[in-house]
Amino acid sequence: MKNIYLDHASTTAVKPEVLETMLPYFTEKYGNPSSIYSLGRENKKAIDNAREKVAKALNAQPKEIFFTSGGSESDNWAIKGFAFANEKNGKHIITTNIEHHAVLHTCKYLEKYGFEVTYVPVDNKGIVHVEDIEKAIRPDTILISVMFANNEIGTIQPIKEIGELAKAKEICFHTDAVQAIGNIPIDVNDMNIDMLSLSAHKFYGPKGVGVLYLRDGVRISPMIHGGAQERSKRASTENVAGIVGLGKAIELATTDMEKYNTKLMKLRDRAIKEILEKIPYSRLNGDEKNRLPGNVNISFEFIEGESILLMLDMKGICASSGSACTSGSLDPSHVLLAIGLPHEIAHGSLRITFGEENTDSDLDYLLETLPPIIEKLRAMSPLYESFKQNGRI
Amino acid sequence: MSLLNKMEEYSQKVMDHFMNPRNVGVIENADGIGEVGNPVCGDIMKMYLKIKDNVITDVKFQTFGCGAAVATSSMATELILGKTLEEALEISNKTVAEALNGLPPIKMHCSNLAEQAIKSAIDDYKKKNESSK
Repeated sequence: MKNIYLDHASTTAVKPEVLETMLPYFTEKYGNPSSIYSLGRENKKAIDNAREKVAKALNAQPKEIFFTSGGSESDNWAIKGFAFANEKNGKHIITTNIEHHAVLHTCKYLEKYGFEVTYVPVDNKGIVHVEDIEKAIRPDTILISVMFANNEIGTIQPIKEIGELAKAKEICFHTDAVQAIGNIPIDVNDMNIDMLSLSAHKFYGPKGVGVLYLRDGVRISPMIHGGAQERSKRASTENVAGIVGLGKAIELATTDMEKYNTKLMKLRDRAIKEILEKIPYSRLNGDEKNRLPGNVNISFEFIEGESILLMLDMKGICASSGSACTSGSLDPSHVLLAIGLPHEIAHGSLRITFGEENTDSDLDYLLETLPPIIEKLRAMSPLYESFKQNGRI
Repeated sequence: MSLLNKMEEYSQKVMDHFMNPRNVGVIENADGIGEVGNPVCGDIMKMYLKIKDNVITDVKFQTFGCGAAVATSSMATELILGKTLEEALEISNKTVAEALNGLPPIKMHCSNLAEQAIKSAIDDYKKKNESSK
């Protein structure tokens, strides 16, 4: 059976050349980077080499790069670590209502410790307005955290403008750039970013390894206490193979970015156009222009997302949805609700995210497979029946 | 057979009833119609019954919802077809889930909906009959 992977915002396959650089670190190059003999020292060098690659990709200094276990750890560390280290300057944090749960749940946790958080709403395209962030600033605001690009609807936020504002107001600025790396050029100096989270498995690197960029001079508390790894800021024997893989993956992602994006945008724009044309009562979620190059998010009225995914899976297509049944809770995606979708339309969303190995023929297959699935589910739906009879639900 | 599918995946039987649902559709002039759930939660089941001499002679359903919601609706219609009203009212959410070889824990509420849809449709039939007497 066909297997067409259209869920690259969820994770990606490790590129062969990335895997190749990693493999020796599982076997012959197994030394602990903290050891003084050469088997250890060589691995310390390999980590520093990866650190330089990450620094170069972000226009940062190598000493500002800290390796973590992934995007969620980086978000947790940045926000909690900064909040606890700087609470004497104020206990107010600003973020948005479409952040990843790694940010939102971290903020909720801090509320239990007396921090106050303003969740700035986005517009109906999913974009936060800089003026709204500015209005939320108080004398005790210490941190602004806004994601670079949204994982569900792909909207790209005005990060440079927010960075300028944060700098002018002398407030620390964190961005979760997990979805943006490899899709959007990032320059932490030009964009005035103080802290940035990223995760290797979103750009064809391995799972379980990420980065927190921390601007020189920004103080945060460690979250993992122990040994002196990562300049005593993040203990634990380093995931050497993972770090080496991340270094290679970010190097490839930033070198090939333009070519990669052009290819993805073609697939994305054709997918959006043809799905909306072929399937009535469907709508695009998110912004048409300020959108990640591989992201398609469409709601189909009268049906539920998990059903769409199951039927696509039976045809060998991997995709994702913001329905409650796929989020493991009773509510559909907080992002789709934040852009103003009614619950029943949020339940019927489908997210397709293109990547490296996708071709036009994959898209052809999707375009011939999807309409009959939507039709079959609608034929079963009491909402569609009542719509046909009454012209409304 | 455990009621809950330990794998947190759908059983083959659930997938069969989801991909090939039995008794989908509408009965014109149904004797009883039950609709439960709401679009906000992402689950609506509508059940249509034809009843003769206290026996369910035909049943159809329409469902807006996930795989488990469709499969439990389909299974519920199979379980009640040909049954007396008393027998149909004895069918519980557990009966439906067991007949499907179990459901993942977070999907058990879908089988509640199937039980409620049967009860609501029979209720509707009884009300209509009382008022026409």
